[in-house]
This record gives sequence, structure tokens and C-alpha cells, in this order.
Amino acid sequence: MTLLRASGITHFFGGLCAVTDFNLSLDRDELLGIIGPNGAGKTTLFNIITGVCRATRGSILFRDAEIVGKSPDRIVRMGIVRTFQNIRLFNELTVLDNIRVAHYGRVRYTPAEALLHAGRYREEERRIRRHSDELLALFRMGHLSGERAKNLPYGLQKRLEIARALATEPELLLLDEPAAGMNPREVDELMDFIRWTQREFGLTIILIEHQMRLVMGICRRIIALDFGATIADGTPQEIQTDPAVLEAYLGEKAVR
Amino acid sequence: MIYLIQQGLNALQLGSIYALIALGYTMVYGVLSLINFAHGDFFMVGAFLCFIVVTFMGIPFVPALLISMAGVAALGVAVERVAYKPLRSAPRVSAVITALGVGIFLENFTLALSPYPKHIPTIIANTSWSAGAVTVSSLQVVVVFLSVVLMLVLHFIVQHTKVGMAMRAISWDRNVAPLMGVPVNYVISVTFALGSGLGGAAGMMYAMAYPVIDPYMGIIVGWKAFISAVVGGIGNIRGAMVGGYILGGVEVLTTAFLPSTYRDFVSFSLLLVLLIFRPYGIYGRPRTEKV
Amino acid sequence: MGRAFLKKDLTGKERSQGRWVLPVFLVSGSVLSFAIPHFDLLDQYIQLILVYLGINIILALSLNLVNGYMGEFSVGHAGFMSAGAYIASFLTVKVFPAGALAWAFPAAVVAGGLGAGLLGLVVAIPSFRTRGDYLAIVTLAFVMIVKSALENIDSVGGARGFLGMDKLTTLPWTFFWTVATVWIIRNLIYSRYGRGVLSIREDEIASGLMGVNTRHVKLIAFVVSSFFAGVAGALFAHVLQFINPRMFDIIKSTDVLVMVYLGGIGSIAGSILGATAYTFLLEALRPLEIWRMVLMPLMLVLLMLFRPRGIMGLRELPWLEPAADRLSSPNGLNGLRNSRGANGFGGKRKDE
Repeated sequence: MTLLRASGITHFFGGLCAVTDFNLSLDRDELLGIIGPNGAGKTTLFNIITGVCRATRGSILFRDAEIVGKSPDRIVRMGIVRTFQNIRLFNELTVLDNIRVAHYGRVRYTPAEALLHAGRYREEERRIRRHSDELLALFRMGHLSGERAKNLPYGLQKRLEIARALATEPELLLLDEPAAGMNPREVDELMDFIRWTQREFGLTIILIEHQMRLVMGICRRIIALDFGATIADGTPQEIQTDPAVLEAYLGEKAVR
Repeated sequence: MIYLIQQGLNALQLGSIYALIALGYTMVYGVLSLINFAHGDFFMVGAFLCFIVVTFMGIPFVPALLISMAGVAALGVAVERVAYKPLRSAPRVSAVITALGVGIFLENFTLALSPYPKHIPTIIANTSWSAGAVTVSSLQVVVVFLSVVLMLVLHFIVQHTKVGMAMRAISWDRNVAPLMGVPVNYVISVTFALGSGLGGAAGMMYAMAYPVIDPYMGIIVGWKAFISAVVGGIGNIRGAMVGGYILGGVEVLTTAFLPSTYRDFVSFSLLLVLLIFRPYGIYGRPRTEKV
Repeated sequence: MGRAFLKKDLTGKERSQGRWVLPVFLVSGSVLSFAIPHFDLLDQYIQLILVYLGINIILALSLNLVNGYMGEFSVGHAGFMSAGAYIASFLTVKVFPAGALAWAFPAAVVAGGLGAGLLGLVVAIPSFRTRGDYLAIVTLAFVMIVKSALENIDSVGGARGFLGMDKLTTLPWTFFWTVATVWIIRNLIYSRYGRGVLSIREDEIASGLMGVNTRHVKLIAFVVSSFFAGVAGALFAHVLQFINPRMFDIIKSTDVLVMVYLGGIGSIAGSILGATAYTFLLEALRPLEIWRMVLMPLMLVLLMLFRPRGIMGLRELPWLEPAADRLSSPNGLNGLRNSRGANGFGGKRKDE
């Protein structure tokens, strides 16, 4: 079943073409990797899908509903969420509040109920609290819930960022370079973690990554971008032997 | 028509003063990304310095101008060193609040020393020339001519000297410039000296044109000059000059056709409308944040 | 681990003590607010200062919502305040019948707040697109426009000002409105909108990408903030019994900024503390005459240099937090079952 269908996505940055005619049909439960050299348009693609910038041309259907032109918070409510290349937590807020912020779109009480702490407020807040605590316990961060996000070590900040994304109850999770700054052992752990997260939360995942070991290790399908254009789309084996990829991305070194 | 030409001359005079003050705002913003809310009060200090040297020492126009400029330049450098420099890496709001505090301090300190408005004596002989029904006063000529000269000097410094190049480098990228060997502290001091000096000159000229001065005069004139800088695109030197003349023109035209109490209303509404349609001013470039 | 447990015990104790503070304060405060004027327990002058203190707390807290919690830089508070002052005064002097004033006064105050809130709605719109410096400029222009407009409206006295208000702002009313402000803003902060406000301060883009409707949140914050600024203006007008447009210029906004940043951004206790310190200091320094006006900004500059987040910056007194929001909540919510055993950092919610 197709979850996300992008057709003819093209985006210009002041005359420069960042993404050219990107097409994608993504099935539910897939784990897709997007690779490409720096400046290939990978993050721009995430920005377009999440509504940070609006594609110059093209359409993206998520569960058959158009998302191009929608605001980021609407897209999150529809079920797409992302993490960031360089961690963007709410630094001065506690771990718990970072998670609770992300519940915003899933809470049903009105401003008036919030101002008076009346009506559905108590029941809903209790639900958010329970859900957040469960999520943190699941991510083995329950003991940290009172700590400010900025005080966490790097690895935990990355984990918190994923937990925060999951608090929005998404169907599609976009991970922007989750392994950046990790050593090989941590990458192994991350691979297990991503597989486990996908199973546990029934997610479809797209991830951007430079570390080939991670992408080749867990993705069953990979798309390679270069200068905004899709140059290959296939299984890890196909990508590893694709001449266009070897030339554009992996270069001489890959030819063993 | 003649009325309009006459008003145009007035606009030129007022616009010159706004432009000179706006330059101080814009230069500091360009280099430090700080709105120096105390700058309007630097301008006021310039007017008071002029009052002191002219009234008590009887110094003639040109040296009085130089003393005012130098005095305010020194004040600007000192304020930067003492109050702004320690906050360079702090959240920007702290520096802005500090600037507001410095401004109020200067106002009230001057007020404590001089509780009553002061009257500036005539400094240059007031002659006027008439061509048909249009009258030009010597004061207008001096204000406009001097402002243009000062702006040309500033333009030369920024575009053609080493320190000017360093200023532009810092305003382009404050983090990289020091790595390229630009002496940041020195350049920032020079920027404050130049910007404040221009403010001092404006203070003196304003005092000559509107000869009753008080410690709070810098607030409203300062804000208006600040608007000029924003209208032109803050951080942009050419924008500050153009913005000053635009605001001068708007104000003079408003008072020509409406009761003078509507002047501030019109100029601030204009600012709001402009910000809605061109949030980054005439010459400003939008900044976008990378995700 | 031992230290963590110690900490938890301590804060637990603090909290059970804290539960008494609020009710006791509210009851004794309201009793006193009636008793003091009735039995003349305090000097008239001190009573007046207490009224100003209440007004200042309302102003500081409502500005803190936008500047401290949301991290915007608004200097528009004087404009909202003047809207509230003028609307309420116009109603009590020209519209409401003189006999019903005691009853109509709350309605006038609310009307003043609503009028200011409406203006807040207008100012919030430019904040969707611009932030930081440009919002400061927009709000600044707003203050100037309101002042200039009032100077040109003859039915409220123009530049000469407006008078004829009765002294309706009594100590009980001041106490009521101060408590109402603290309560409602506290409620807002500890709700999804409040967390939205905080997340906008921390990272506006990430906030939107985590599902926060940033426009909606900004509208609510601006409207609530300006509503209470209007309330404060209405109370102010009915204690001074005379207002003119010059009272509500940018200097008034600066006063409130000083209170907010003195007490500390993002903290209710901080705003109360800041307003209190500012109000009493200003009175205590009165013998210095004009020099106190020199000293105050100097203190602000020193504060920014040595403690840029203010006295309480980003910290909160535990008894101002709703019980359900506390981390080691004593009444044991269901959700706490999992994390309670592991919750080593206990009550460290807002501590550094």
C-alpha cells in the first residue's frame, strides 16, 4: 500500500536547482535510505516534505492527501515528523517538556479550558503525562525527565530527539543523518535501535545518511541523489554496483 | 509650487539630520547586530556639548563642531567598551536592554545636571537669500552641505580604507573575520567612534536649527532616525541616508497638509506599512534560517 | 545516587510545605486587602504604593509572557496599557451612570482589557513573519501610533489628557486582579499553549515541526499579554484619576522591561519579585530625588552585565506550579508508576 507518493518535485533556490523532478512511491513499513554527496538536495527534500519550504513544482500525496503548501504543524498532525541533522532540541526545557511539547497536535482542549484549567484540561494533561512517561521509560530515559535537554550528553540528545518525534504519533518518520558524529560501535547500536523503533511503533522510515555501513545495513531500498537529480533507486546491492552512483558519489575509492 | 519648493528645502534639512543619526544606528547594527538604543541619547549629548562649548567658552562654529563630534565619539567608544563588549556572546536581548538602560541613564544624568531646557545662542550669522518667493537660510545651507560632506567622508572611509574594509568584513561574517586577522575590538571601537561622531554632529546641527534643547530630545529624534535606518534596510549605509531623506520628506509634507499633531502618527504608520510589504527595508536583504 | 535521593527527600518536604503556602496567602491576602483600608492599618501612602505594586506585578507578568517565556522582544506594553486606561476611563466617566459605578467598574476594567487584547491581536500578526529586532520596531511604532492617535482624539481630551475618574481602584480590587493575572497566566504556561510558547522561544522552526501551531500560540500569548496590560492600565487610570497620552510613551514600556528583566525572564516568581523590588526601590530612593532616576538605569545595566537572566531567570518557585505538573507529584498519577523508581533527579524541574 502506498503511503507517500511524490511526483515531479522540483525546487529552485534563486535560480539554482536544488531538487529536480523527484519521484517517489513509498509503501507502508518501508525503510528507505537516501544517499548523496553534500549539496545533493537531500535535506531540501526533507524540508519540502515537512513543509519548511514549498516546492516550486510538483505534488506530494500522503495517504492520498496533498501536503505541498500545508504548514509544518498541519503536516505533523497528518502523521509525518522528522529529526534534524544538527540536533534541535528545546535546550532550556526539561526532557519531559520536550516530549510534552510534541503532543501539541494530539491534545483536545480549547484555549479557554487551558486558561481556567477546567473542562478537558485535567484529563488530557494526565493522558499526555502518562504517554510521555511511558515513552521516556521505553527509551530508558525516565530517570532523566527533570533534566534540561542541554545538559544531556550527545548520544542521549539524539535519542531524545527521536523520542520527541515519536511523541507526535507519526506514521512516517524522517531521520536526517542520525549517525552523524557516532563511532562504529554507536552506529551498530543505532542500527538496532532504528529497527526496533520501526517495529515497536509500526513506522515507515526515510533516512538520510552518509555512513554507508548504516544505510547498507538496514535499508532494503536506497535512492541516490546528485545535484538534485535522482541517479539510482534500488536495493543496496544494486546501488553498490550502479555505475552512476560509483562515479558521482562513491568515486574511485569504491571500486575495489 | 513655490510652497512645495520651500517645504522641500525644509525636508532636506530635517532629512540630513535624520540621515546622520541613522548612520550611527545602521553602522553599529551592521557590525554587531545590535540596535544601539542609546544612540539617540548620544545625539542629545552632542547638542549639550555644543551648548557648553558655545555658551561658556565662546568657541566658534568649526572648533565647536569638532569638539562635539570628538566628545560624543569618545562617549560612544567608552559605552561600547564598558557596557556592550562584555555582552557580545550573551543573548542579544541582554545587550538591547543594556542599551536601553544606558540611554535612560544618559537622559536622567543630563537631567540631573541640567534640570531646565537650554537655549542655544546663534552660532553662525543668520542670513538668508531669496530667489523669487523661495527663501534659503544660511543655516539650511550649512546643515545640508555639512551633512553631505560628512556622508562622503564616511563613504570614503568605509569603501576605500583598510579599517573600512575590516568593517565590511565583520558585517559580512562576524565569526570568520577574526580568523582572517581582522582586529575585531579595534574595528568595533572605530565603528562606534564614527557612528557616534556623526550623531554628535547631528546633535549640534539640530541644536542650531531648533535652538531649545532638553535631555529628552534624543528619544523622539533618535527613534525617528532609527525608523529611517529601518526604512532603508538596517545595516545598510546607503539605506540609512536614503531613509533619512525619505522620512524628512514625509514629515515635512505631513505638516504641510495636516495639523502638526499628526506628524508622528503618519511617519510611524508609514513605517508599519513598509514593514508589512518590505520587512527588510529598501536595501536590506532577507535573512533565512537554515534547517 | 545517595545525593540524588537526598535531593529528592528535600524537595519532597519542600513540596508538602509548599501546598499550604498558596491557600494561606490567598485567604490572608484577601482579608488584609479589605481590613487595611477599612481599619486604616497602614499609612495612606503605603496603601497607595501597594496598589501600584499590584499594577506593576500585572504589567511585569503579562510582559514576561511575551518577552520572557516566548522570547520575543516587545516594547509595546505602554500602548496596550493606554488603550485599557482610556477605554475604562471613558466608560466610567461618560457612559456608565454615576450611581452604578461600584458595580460597573469591573465591567469597565474588563472592557479595557478586551480593547487592549484586540490591539494585541493586530500586533501579533506581524510577529508571524518577523522576529526579534523587527518585532521590537513594530511594537515601538505601535506605541507611538497609539500615543499620537490619542493626542488627536478630542473626546478624550487630546494631548491635554482625560480626567474625572473616581478613585475606584481599591486595595481589594487590586489584590483580586493581581491574583487573577497570576492564576490565569500560570494556567496558560502550564498547558499545551504554554509549552508551545516556550518551544517558540527555544527554536521556532523546530516548534512548528513538532506540531505546534506557532501562529495560534503567538496570537494567544499576545492577546492574553495585552489583555492584562489593558487591565493594569484601567486600574492605573482609576487610582491616579488623571491620564494623558504622554504617560504611556516608550519610557513606560521601559519601566516594565526593567521589572521583567530584573526579576528574571520566564518566571512568575521572578516577575512578582522584579515588580516588588522595582516599586519599593523607587520609593526607598525617593530622597535622592532626580538621582534615583540615574541610579535605576545604572542598576539595570549592572544587572545585565553580571546576571543577564535576572534574579530568578528561568526558575520557578515550586508552589506556583500546578500540582499535576510537579515531577515527584505526591498524589501519585497513574503515569508516574513507571518512572517513579528511576526518578533520581526528583524535583529538579526548573533548577539549573
